[in-house]
Amino acid sequence: MKGPEALIHREDNWETEMGAWFAGERVVFRGLDVFTELFDKDWVETWFFSITGKFFSKKQIELFSRSWTICTSYPEPRIWNNRVAALSGSARTTAMLAIACGTAISESKFYGGQASFAAIDFITRTKKLVVDEGKELLEVVKQEIKSTRQVPVGFGRPIINSDERVAVALRLAQELGFADGPHVKLAFEIETLLREKRYRAKLNIAGFTSALYADQGLSPTEFYRMATVIYSAGIMACYIDAVEKPAGTFFPLRCERISYQGKPQRKWEN
Amino acid sequence: MTAADKPKKKDVIHSKIWQETPEPDNPFAAQVCYCSGYDVYGDLLGKISWVEYLYLLFKLEPATKTQAKLLEGIAVAIANPGPRDLSIRAAMSGGAGGSLSVSCLIGALGPGSGQYGGAREMYLAIRLAETCGKDLEAWKQKLSNYEKQCHVKAWPDIDHLPGFDPYGSSCATPVMQTLVYLSSIAPEEFAQTSWLHQNRHAVESASDSPLSMIGVIAAALVDLGFSDEQAEMLFLLLRLPGAAAHALEQKHNGLAKYPFFADGLKLLNDPGPAADASGKTNR
Repeated sequence: MKGPEALIHREDNWETEMGAWFAGERVVFRGLDVFTELFDKDWVETWFFSITGKFFSKKQIELFSRSWTICTSYPEPRIWNNRVAALSGSARTTAMLAIACGTAISESKFYGGQASFAAIDFITRTKKLVVDEGKELLEVVKQEIKSTRQVPVGFGRPIINSDERVAVALRLAQELGFADGPHVKLAFEIETLLREKRYRAKLNIAGFTSALYADQGLSPTEFYRMATVIYSAGIMACYIDAVEKPAGTFFPLRCERISYQGKPQRKWEN
Repeated sequence: MTAADKPKKKDVIHSKIWQETPEPDNPFAAQVCYCSGYDVYGDLLGKISWVEYLYLLFKLEPATKTQAKLLEGIAVAIANPGPRDLSIRAAMSGGAGGSLSVSCLIGALGPGSGQYGGAREMYLAIRLAETCGKDLEAWKQKLSNYEKQCHVKAWPDIDHLPGFDPYGSSCATPVMQTLVYLSSIAPEEFAQTSWLHQNRHAVESASDSPLSMIGVIAAALVDLGFSDEQAEMLFLLLRLPGAAAHALEQKHNGLAKYPFFADGLKLLNDPGPAADASGKTNR
């Protein structure tokens, strides 16, 4: 169908297998009854079911949930998404708005949404080329660096080079028996290769978790969608901290803290 | 005709603002769009200024020349509160931190919506101005006994009197300049703004704090007949230009040039390292 026909076909006609509310009676979620068939599911299981349509094992859910605690629950108000929540608290808006705005800021190419997508996209593509198709890892990585003009996403970090979370997340993966999957192994091989080639870019947490989640069968799109909520604990903490302190006192800046480098002062001519 | 054969009534959007007539070849494409009765693309475009169109959208009647001039003045006065403002800092945090453009503007709306310097303060300032009007005794009474507890508990309690600067020493020059200009446009017609200009010292004394930009803009918006909800919306909207420009500037400046306050945070309950990465406990 082309042109207006496609819209005419869909007028008052939304067909879905995702779900619906039968007012005052029941709710269906991806073909299951929420009040009975999802009755014993915890929220993280339901979150992954919403995204993938699948249920993961209890051990996998534990891996996902605990990895969010370690990797993305930083109550540090200077990190940019958290900072927006702290500013929101300082300006006395609501918690819901602070979470929404902090989450929107998390859509960044340096960290958060865009970085997560790029990291799992790289490790998934590289695993396919190297492990499944037998291509040379060095060549694949070199090609990635050449085409993107940067080290692969998932390696290196703003502010500091090393990522303190990787060793802890690896320990979690080892404890639960998920540390030996092909994507995780490949991620460490790439880190070694980059070090040997003198790139100052160690495996970061987006690189490690994207490999870990790819090993659990998540596609790049699923990983990206899953990651939309994982910053919430840190964001909320920063909002609460600021909203419980006097308004407007989150790192106040005096006029002299603007270092002006623009045109000299002049008059507007009409 | 049975009940099943009877054509179902389709849901519609009820609006006094907007009307469309469709193109003959496509029911989903508008041929003519009317805003409160005016043909937007066949009549208004090229004749109406942006602020006049803004006024028409909210008020459904054309602005007089004086009203348009006042709204123009308001729009310029608040378009950019500068990079120290909390909402602009939120937008810049997005720009410097590599977030999308839309993230920066959504980020700005967080602090920009608040009760301290944001749109909710504007909403409350409008209500205060509407309640007290041009009655100095009413202002004095209301300001000395302002209800600071929010009835909608999602909002934090109010820290200060809306329209006044709790950290100000005196009425800041740009606030004064804006008040003087807006009240000078048409003092007779815009009574609230003129009254505020004439009674600034008295209300500042009653509030024990200087007038803020929000207080001035609230008076002008009351004179234009905007409701509390309309004023809240306009304040959110009209402050976005500065947020956008500053976010892009910091995006180009890059992360390394953006303040991180490296020595500014003091953790008061640091227990010290609990364990190394292997999980070995130190305490």
